[in-house]
Amino acid sequence: MMSSSNPNRLNASVRPGRIDRTRTIHATVDGRAVPGRPGDTLASAMLAGGDIEVGPSIQRGRPRGVFSADCTEPNALVQRLDGDCPEPMLPATEIELQDGLRVETLSGVGWLSEQRDTAGYDKKFVHSDVVVVGAGPAGIAASLAAARGGARVMLVDQHRELGGMLLDGQAHIAGHPATEWIGRAARELAENEQVRVLTRATALGCYDHNYLLIAERRADHPDAPPSPTIRQRLWHVRAKQVVLATGAHERPLVFADNDRPGVMLASAVRSYLNRHAVLPGREAVVFTTSDSAYSTALDLLGTGARVPAIVDTRPEPPTRLVEQVRAAGAHVVTSAAVVATGGEHRVSGVRVRGIDGNGSLTEWSAEFPCDLLAVCGGWNPAVQLFAQSGGAVRWDPVVAGFVPSGAGGRSARVVGAARGTYDLAGCLAQGFASGAEAATLSGFRTAPPPVPQVDGDRQASRPRPVWLVPDESRSPEECTEHFVDQQRDATVADIHHALGTGMRSVQHVKRYTTISTGLEQGKSSGVNAVGVLADALSAGSPGEVGTTTFRPPYTPVPLALFAGRTTGRLYDPVRTTPMHRQHVEAGAVFEDVGQWKRPRYYPRGNEDMHAAVLRECSAARTGVAVQDVSTLGRIEIVGSDAPEFLDRIYTNGFAKLAVGKARYGMMCGADGMVLDDGVSMRLAEDRYLMSTTTGGAAKVLDWLEEWLQTEWPELDVYCTSVTEQWAAVAVVGPDSRTVVGRLAPDLDVSAESFGFMRFHETVLVGGIPARISRVSFSGELAFEVNVARWYGQALWEATMTAGSDLDITPYGTEAMHVLRAEKGFVIVGQDTDGTVTPVDLGMDWAVSKHKDFIGKRSLSRPDLVRQDRVQLVGLLPTDTTTLLPEGAHLVEPDVSRRPPVPMAGHVTSSYHSAALERTFALGLISGGRQRIGEVLCAPVGGRDVEVEITSPVFYDPEGARRDGPEQG
Amino acid sequence: MVADGNTPAPPERLWRNPEPKRNYDVVIVGAGGHGLATAYYLARNHGITDIAVVERGWLAGGNMARNTTIIRSNYLLDASAALYDHALRLWEELPEELEYEFHFSQRGVLNLAHTEQEVRDARRRAFANELNGVDAEWLTPDEIAEVCPILDTSPNLRYPVLGATYQRRAGIAKHDLVAWGLARKCDEMGVDFIQNREVTGFLTDEDRVVGVRTDKGDIGAGRVGLAAAGRTTLLTDTLGLRLPLQSHPLQAMATEILEPVHPCVVMSNHVHVYTSQAHKGELVLGAGIDTHNGYAQRGSVHVVENQLAAAVELFPVFARAHLLRTWAGTVDVTPDASPIIGPTPYENLFVNCGWGTGGFKATPGAGWVFAHTIATGAPHPLNEPYGMERFTTGALIDEHGAAAVAH
Ligand SMILES: Cc1cc2nc3c(=O)[nH]c(=O)nc-3n(C[C@H](O)[C@H](O)[C@H](O)COP(=O)(O)OP(=O)(O)OC[C@H]3O[C@@H](n4cnc5c(N)ncnc54)[C@H](O)[C@@H]3O)c2cc1C
Repeated sequence: MMSSSNPNRLNASVRPGRIDRTRTIHATVDGRAVPGRPGDTLASAMLAGGDIEVGPSIQRGRPRGVFSADCTEPNALVQRLDGDCPEPMLPATEIELQDGLRVETLSGVGWLSEQRDTAGYDKKFVHSDVVVVGAGPAGIAASLAAARGGARVMLVDQHRELGGMLLDGQAHIAGHPATEWIGRAARELAENEQVRVLTRATALGCYDHNYLLIAERRADHPDAPPSPTIRQRLWHVRAKQVVLATGAHERPLVFADNDRPGVMLASAVRSYLNRHAVLPGREAVVFTTSDSAYSTALDLLGTGARVPAIVDTRPEPPTRLVEQVRAAGAHVVTSAAVVATGGEHRVSGVRVRGIDGNGSLTEWSAEFPCDLLAVCGGWNPAVQLFAQSGGAVRWDPVVAGFVPSGAGGRSARVVGAARGTYDLAGCLAQGFASGAEAATLSGFRTAPPPVPQVDGDRQASRPRPVWLVPDESRSPEECTEHFVDQQRDATVADIHHALGTGMRSVQHVKRYTTISTGLEQGKSSGVNAVGVLADALSAGSPGEVGTTTFRPPYTPVPLALFAGRTTGRLYDPVRTTPMHRQHVEAGAVFEDVGQWKRPRYYPRGNEDMHAAVLRECSAARTGVAVQDVSTLGRIEIVGSDAPEFLDRIYTNGFAKLAVGKARYGMMCGADGMVLDDGVSMRLAEDRYLMSTTTGGAAKVLDWLEEWLQTEWPELDVYCTSVTEQWAAVAVVGPDSRTVVGRLAPDLDVSAESFGFMRFHETVLVGGIPARISRVSFSGELAFEVNVARWYGQALWEATMTAGSDLDITPYGTEAMHVLRAEKGFVIVGQDTDGTVTPVDLGMDWAVSKHKDFIGKRSLSRPDLVRQDRVQLVGLLPTDTTTLLPEGAHLVEPDVSRRPPVPMAGHVTSSYHSAALERTFALGLISGGRQRIGEVLCAPVGGRDVEVEITSPVFYDPEGARRDGPEQG
Repeated sequence: MVADGNTPAPPERLWRNPEPKRNYDVVIVGAGGHGLATAYYLARNHGITDIAVVERGWLAGGNMARNTTIIRSNYLLDASAALYDHALRLWEELPEELEYEFHFSQRGVLNLAHTEQEVRDARRRAFANELNGVDAEWLTPDEIAEVCPILDTSPNLRYPVLGATYQRRAGIAKHDLVAWGLARKCDEMGVDFIQNREVTGFLTDEDRVVGVRTDKGDIGAGRVGLAAAGRTTLLTDTLGLRLPLQSHPLQAMATEILEPVHPCVVMSNHVHVYTSQAHKGELVLGAGIDTHNGYAQRGSVHVVENQLAAAVELFPVFARAHLLRTWAGTVDVTPDASPIIGPTPYENLFVNCGWGTGGFKATPGAGWVFAHTIATGAPHPLNEPYGMERFTTGALIDEHGAAAVAH
């Protein structure tokens, strides 16, 4: 009957199984070869070879065995070692056997490896009319019905082939084996191009508004290409209708030593027999509370195993089942329960006692030898996805399980075993009806197909759940070998211990005992814990206790899958300007500003940053320098209410700004604190071009849209981000007029014709259309030349050429920072921190007294007019070479240094200045403007740096340099 | 014997489950960490033990059961540093005082800086901490690598780690055990925990609160303290008292149990994720709020995706760890991201709310000052700056704007 290398493999004539017998493949478990067939799981291959024992348990080191055939597996957890990166905590029941598969067994704890995961993960975003989760009979039926109606259907199932529980059994549909019906359905679905069938795909999450998350395994199985580019794919699916046909999970039974290797779920035994042609034991006792395990007994008997007894908790199991097994050569013990198991590393026998109507043990007892104990404590409908999205569940005493309450709960329809319907005809009928209904509701009117004739399948009779088989000698409080959660080594005694503390809630008990916190997340342990709890609390039913919360993901998935391609280079898009290559060639060192890469400085030879910045600053103050300012945010604001809108947004007025002119503007939050700043130009009566800080561009656009969309929808204003439509350079320094004059030969760049804060449109050498403005962030004569993005490189080249004889010097953000600080110009986000008002910055001139604007009311609150608020000041270290660290705090020289030390303020910006030939800083100091000339201390690195408070304008306070040298 | 063999067997009883009396000296609404700590310090510091803590669900089942348990006190602003460091000092005493092991682990917290501006901000915070007597160090990438070898400190990251502040006294604790330990002591001192009872409004006598209405009957109270976190405004609204609070979902997540690999707590604001490895071995990860308002304790999946991408980016070894569970709480966020703790315009009604994403670390500190406020009718010096009038005067404590660090 058995083949020799796989002693437990059944001959094909007995059970063909869904395996490929033409090939033998090998895995390695803890260094030992495990042969098997394509179609095996790691667990089925191990069982075929006679191995049932796996790693010992996590806390107590008890021997444990393969217990299930699905994702609820508590014991057979392995660390996968083959492939590019070890992966922890995979259930052997879920790993498809492959040549080269190499694992080590675990005891409930995995490990992470230093090896980098180089596999590919990606995501796909799709829409669908009807998504059906689960390809058992109900799900297949639903898909067929919806697809026949013409809907775009997606059918997903976690296994490699369609069929679900049908593959575990021997059912017939329309007179033929169910597998034929499945095959026909699969073909029909495959041929319909509106249908997408995803196998090896697990629906992880069901979110609000029919949003589903599905993990597809594209590698690590025998059908995968040798080196797939994408290992796993995360599907984001927005569906019009969702049908959940997620099946049910069999419950274990709780009795003494119920964790012994060889104790196995009855459905798992059946699955191994029928799917994998593996007989996990030769002598099997079946212990059940409901009908379904009779099929296990019959299948066992049919494959030549001995079944010494079927132990049923019920006094009167259905006669037809009892007779069927009797005819097959086994007998049923009713009103009985397994109270203990014998054996060490494998069950060797069971002790059975009678159990009366109250659940107490009777005097009757018997012992049966066995090497397998198939247990069925009933079934838990897989309501996880349904409940995740907010669906409520209720206890159904007839099916003895938590089922979706109400018709469909949220919008998901739940059908088949997932709602407690266990007979095949019922599953098919519900599937067809729900598929047709889902299609109809998504716009494809259709009627359900007729339900085919189904054999050998009856409405199940009522189960009799027993949450705890009483111990022969110990009280429930002492039931320390009665496992409710094998993975967490948690027992009935633990639950009672929790109750002893005063806990009553299932949530407390879960947390206290850690039951249901393992990989199965309560799929098999949860309801048993609730049942034990209900008994202990003398609650009327488990429904009074309730469940813990169901949360995504349905089964665990690697974090890398959620990251998808959002790693490494693609973690966040790198934005570069069109001149980026030229900066690279010029040897720039870059800085991240928002998503942008901006040149920080351009070292020449072996200059360090300090030397390069001094040189770049000198060029700007004495000759000509150029900076790429393409990264500044630009928002075009258009509409008849644009002037009014800007007046409300900016603290200063923009409605009266003349066309052709530009103005510096400041904006505040509703709290009156500085939010962003920039220069905006008025291009036409109804059109402005706003500029924002580089890092603030997106935030400002959001801000504008928030006001427009939620507060002022009546305004006729449209905002468009045009940052990427423009490339721009700032040409700065006394020689900038010459350079811009050469660049724009048609433009009169003289001080008289081209005033400060004006802009002109012109054509540059080479025929490039440009808009040139006179704005300055350095105090020097400066021009900003804007061109269409695609002329960026040409603009840079032309500018460098136009200034080549003047030693035009590219400068980076660092020099820009120094130049503006010398003038006391602030950088929002550096010299401000969300707690600073324009008035604190000494910029009262930019705060209109005549109009309303966002933040205005806040600015008059008592705390915002305090005299001792921090104010922007200059700071000069007494020692002209000492550079104050940015962020350093300042204290009064004579103050005690015992913490907490009162702080007067802090350094916001600090630099070496070429122009001043010394170090200097800006800071925010309490009442600072009244304290000019006073000395404070900055305690840094264990010593004090003495600094004098000064005006924040260090350079050219008269503004004489703004218009450049006198023209002669 | 507890299933988790690492958790020592706690004493038999944690709490009774009494029927409520008709009247109490003090009724606390909400048996989260703050409600429990408030009851504890009312009894311990003020000798008030005629207290009911009324909880709509199960004890400490709100944010207390859902947070990522990060405890630190290296806040920038004086008012914050004082409050949170006071809390941290209480944490240091609490294991002994509660006689309950709650796995308080001062394993150190790294707050990473990824941009030049973050470096400035972080160093500013460290400088301020030093002057405020809060332990703080500034670490270079090499030093960070020594503290947390699994963190990718190479310059090749999209946003390389440029440095970090390091608070050695900071760390994590096991939230549930903290709650149970507090509850046990409260119960011993006579505090009644009334679970599964929702407060639906207040009993008032003109502008004086004299009790609470609940879904199962009224309870009279000399004073009422709200510690209802994300559901605070549902209560204050019944009095027409408008608080500047927005309730948002905040999500977190955990992996399966793994061998120890992550020695400290790492927080990154720029790529936005924070991580630690819990006592039992799960990696615990979290990040920012879902931007929509809601009470559903469910969040959006893209938020999870973003933070896991950040986690894998910073910790390549996390790639094959498995996401086991995601969850969400409801956090109450103020405009300045600092809490509101103090009296209200209603006599005998006090609020402690607005802790948003970061109130676990303050649990004992919040309880201490809120108990003081309730017992004396006036704020403790530490929570004086935290009254609700600051939103009128403008004296905000904008840690959020200023330090841009969450949690
Ligand atoms: C995902 C997540 C991660 C977090 N991470 C951290 C972190 O790492 N560090 C940190 O410091 N903080 C963190 N926090 C924040 C922290 O959890 C909260 O600030 C803190 O728990 C709030 O105080 P609490 O414990 O009293 O709140 P809760 O535990 O939420 O307590 C409020 C209680 O009030 C009850 N309640 C509400 N309304 C009523 C009513 N009408 N009647 C009766 N009872 C009512 C609720 O049921 C609840 O039990 C996190 C929060 C979340 C959600």
